[in-house]
Amino acid sequence: MAVLERSYKRYEGALSPEWSRFLIIPRHAVRNIFRSKLFTGFYALSFVWPLVCAILIYLHHNAEALSIMKLNVLDVLPIDASFFQAFVAVQATVGFFLAMLVGPQQVSRDLTNNGLPLYLCRPFSRSEYVVGKMSIVIILLSTITWVPGLILFLLQSYLEGWAWFSDNLPIASAIFLGSLVWILLLAFATIVNQMIETHWGNLISLNALIQNVWAGLFGTFVRQVGQVTEMRRGVVVREALLTEPPLWASWFMLFLICAFCLWLLSRKVKAYEVVK
Amino acid sequence: MTQPAAVTDSRLNDSAGVISLDNLSVSFGGRPILKSLNSELRGRAIGLLGPNGAGKTTLIHTLLGFHPPSSGTARIFGSDIRADANQIKRLIGYMPERDSFITKMSGIHFVRFMAELSGLPPARALERAHESLFFVGLGEARYRNVDTFSLGMKQLAKLAQAIVHGPKLIFLDEPTNGLDPPARQRMIKMIREIRDSGQANIVLSSHLLRDVEECCEEIVILKEGRLVVYCNLEEERKANKKFLMLETRGELQTFVQGVSRMGAECAVTSDHRLRIILQDGNEIRDLYRLAADSQVQIRRLAYKRDSLEDIFLKAMENQNVSEAAPVLMK
Repeated sequence: MAVLERSYKRYEGALSPEWSRFLIIPRHAVRNIFRSKLFTGFYALSFVWPLVCAILIYLHHNAEALSIMKLNVLDVLPIDASFFQAFVAVQATVGFFLAMLVGPQQVSRDLTNNGLPLYLCRPFSRSEYVVGKMSIVIILLSTITWVPGLILFLLQSYLEGWAWFSDNLPIASAIFLGSLVWILLLAFATIVNQMIETHWGNLISLNALIQNVWAGLFGTFVRQVGQVTEMRRGVVVREALLTEPPLWASWFMLFLICAFCLWLLSRKVKAYEVVK
Repeated sequence: MTQPAAVTDSRLNDSAGVISLDNLSVSFGGRPILKSLNSELRGRAIGLLGPNGAGKTTLIHTLLGFHPPSSGTARIFGSDIRADANQIKRLIGYMPERDSFITKMSGIHFVRFMAELSGLPPARALERAHESLFFVGLGEARYRNVDTFSLGMKQLAKLAQAIVHGPKLIFLDEPTNGLDPPARQRMIKMIREIRDSGQANIVLSSHLLRDVEECCEEIVILKEGRLVVYCNLEEERKANKKFLMLETRGELQTFVQGVSRMGAECAVTSDHRLRIILQDGNEIRDLYRLAADSQVQIRRLAYKRDSLEDIFLKAMENQNVSEAAPVLMK
């Protein structure tokens, strides 16, 4: 089928490996995403906090700079698990907005323009489609969460020494896992449910769930106990002790949410939907 | 690391028919849509005809693996649509009936993307995307955004994505929908070019009889989810079966008996109309002589051939679809 000959010819050449075909989707999508000035600007802004953190780490180890700025080393934030947890929390929030900009339109555009039959009439499965679409969010969010997080960890290790690196290795895995859990959640569900202000209600709040999981990973999880008192005309009519759910419950709920999202995707990602 | 296309085709049997339907039934929510379809289709271009809701698109979707059969199965090039779905999809191109696009992409980007999803390496996909867009006549518009294409251009872009990976079997679902006459002619010409290249088989679904008649060798007519007619148009044309259509006045009984005595086949289609197939040795002057003897006036006499429209209308007139076995016309 040559441009000048303009005749139909079958393709007999080599084919790309099947395992890598899902990557075609993010490769083409990322090119389109960065055409948006709004997104590109927001993406650039998402590197401000990692830069600030890098400066803080540098200042911590530069007595000369601290003396010029007339700061005591104790006034500067300590570089420990809380520091990196704060870093992950801020970047995750930025990542949430980034996912909001990118995520929903990826599938909705295909649904509104009947694009799914074009994917699924090819040797391209529904799971490859879902994994391909999710990998757009995963790749983009990785570049602003755990990748700069680990770079900061390595910078701190370089400045502090090998002993600090080996002592705080769990922080590195917490940065990676904590970010990844959040990224996967965002990739699955791009709409956050309503937060319900009860201890057990936290199990259906994405925000509370991920906060607990991060706290668990960074070793700062403390189970809260609260007392609820109901009074009428100044008289106590009921008192209840509300204990926050254990950490495993948060992990379990995250798993359930991901499983639900997978089930929903398997129901909805079809070339044609049969309606009653 | 790439794999040769030939390896992936090895399980497909070239000697088998293009499409074999083996008691294929499809139900949606307990409601039967396709009912026990049986046929062996071998033509280079196969036409799927039927009124709206007959099950043409459902049949295509089932062959593409979008809907699972409720019973029976179908084979494409000898491979089962359920067991070898991935193998089959490598050899299939599909042009959907409805507008189907990936938005925010230029024509070339869209077609290249589709080629890559079919397994072509990026460089070859880009090359083939250029070629197929030139082939369908969108060469000059290939850098324009697909969203800005007119309806006719969108149809051409859909065709380009269906052929970009050089499939062996192309499903075209209502390809001339919404096209003006010149654009329709161009589309038909392209379909015939692909058919005549001998490189791909075509399944054309349409309710426009002219489109099917101009492109297809074999036709299958569906009605209420059943296959009511299978006809090999090519053999029909080769046989050059013609019949006489007579318009008469007068008492027909004696005349009809006389025609039968001559050895010709005769059928009274209405009060004054007859269809006669003359045998070798029969002359038209014999008919005139017989009419004069039977005191029948021949008001009009013309040679006719069963057109696709006749075949289609006859199939649609048959009300007892549930009982009928497909009519084979060769």
